Amino acid sequence: MNESLLRELVPAVIGVLVRRGADFAAAEDAVQDALVEAVRAGGEEQPRDPKGWLITVAWRKFLDAARAESSRRGREVRAESEPEPGPAESADDTLRLYFLCAHPSLTPASAVALTLRAVGGLTTRQIAQAYLVPESTMAQRISRAKRTVAGVRFNRPGDVATVLRVLYLVFNEGYSGDVDLAAEAIRLTRQLAAMTRHEEVAGLLALMLLHHARRPARTTPDGRLVPLAEQDRGRWDTRMIAEGVEVLQAALARDRLGEFQAQAAIAALHADAPAAEETDWVQIVEWYDELVRLTGNPVARLNRAVAVGEADGARAGLAALAELDPALPRHTAAAAYLHERAGDAATAARLYAEAARQATSLPERDHLTRQAARLNAHLRG
Amino acid sequence: MAKYLLLKHYRGAPASVNDVSMDQWTPEEVAAHVQYMVDFAARLEETGEFVDSQGLSPEGRFVRYDGEGRPPVVDGPFAETKDLIAGWMVIDVESQERAYELAAELSAAPGAGGRPIHEWLEVRPFLTAHSRVFD
Repeated sequence: MNESLLRELVPAVIGVLVRRGADFAAAEDAVQDALVEAVRAGGEEQPRDPKGWLITVAWRKFLDAARAESSRRGREVRAESEPEPGPAESADDTLRLYFLCAHPSLTPASAVALTLRAVGGLTTRQIAQAYLVPESTMAQRISRAKRTVAGVRFNRPGDVATVLRVLYLVFNEGYSGDVDLAAEAIRLTRQLAAMTRHEEVAGLLALMLLHHARRPARTTPDGRLVPLAEQDRGRWDTRMIAEGVEVLQAALARDRLGEFQAQAAIAALHADAPAAEETDWVQIVEWYDELVRLTGNPVARLNRAVAVGEADGARAGLAALAELDPALPRHTAAAAYLHERAGDAATAARLYAEAARQATSLPERDHLTRQAARLNAHLRG
Repeated sequence: MAKYLLLKHYRGAPASVNDVSMDQWTPEEVAAHVQYMVDFAARLEETGEFVDSQGLSPEGRFVRYDGEGRPPVVDGPFAETKDLIAGWMVIDVESQERAYELAAELSAAPGAGGRPIHEWLEVRPFLTAHSRVFD
């Protein structure tokens, strides 16, 4: 059976089970078990009504588990094998699941894991592989998350901002294993955008699309980072860029600006430049001003300083940088870049080497080390 | 989440508060220490923070390449080597603060007299394999 089609049905099927009286944790387990059975039955042909099939199998799994549980506790089985024809399926079920899985009582990591399982339909093993932890650890993380939200009423709307933070994390935390988490984050955000008319949901979707479009050019085949200015723009996915721009423009037209729309606007301006030299840095600085105004985020201020360096010259960028806390992540790397642009290769080389020691990822450390090595070779003549 | 290595040293770390060599403990004290480690790992698995735990034999050698077609050069062990790693635990946690909290808990493992060792553990963040898309 088609696994990705089945995964898309997961949140709706959980919703059906919950409305038939299953608690969320048991419903979620039952749907996962049904999914595993469907994937195991792999070669067989697709049922005519995959959703009906999944509901039937999941409900059976739920009853089996409920029976096992009650006999374990020496109680009578009260659940009937054939469910009442419950209320018609509600399109809001999936939306409620997003809110539940991103509930503010959860830690970010728990919310991410629960969202990927209950909304994304991924298995615990796939999630564990993606985050490079043992499957048993991820299983515990998910069970704890379910216990944490056990008392939360399923029918209460939540705050869309918490959901967006979770989806942002899924997109941003990189990818490994056999699941492309960035693509999964886009799928889940796209699905959310189809259910709500929230400008920031559209903003985040646009932001993801505009960055994902650049992914083929972001690294060389051997894993080296390629800075934006040096990327082969012919390898950017123009269809994805067009979609991102369209989604962003529709959101901006509603005139309720938020941080994701502002970030997407900056990404769109980069995407719009046929060559790095043609980038509209003046407008980018204006958007960073908006972003700083909206969030006060020090990382936004740092990026703004680099943009000022492009718009008004490296000296202006260094002046903007001097107003910021030197302990900010990537402050040293930004200073190295601006010093090189200002013509001070010796300082830049020293700062690149220092930035490499502060890097938090291997590709970034290697990139900064290469920059230092390039300048040092140049300085030796 | 971020991964941290909690590194235990045979030698090379500052002296612990309860600094009595393990071969001087009673068998019950050794058993209690081992049980503490097992329980600690089990607790971390339950909180979804456990990644790996390994011990290392102290019998290590230094090995290096000696040129094309030549066998590797094997040297040591060097009794004077300052640093000797005993083992490690890898955790996946929400913050650096949480990593320090867990390291302190591990450092409280009982030793001689059943009292906490107050052993110094080295805490090192992992470099991630992927750089983030956004800053």
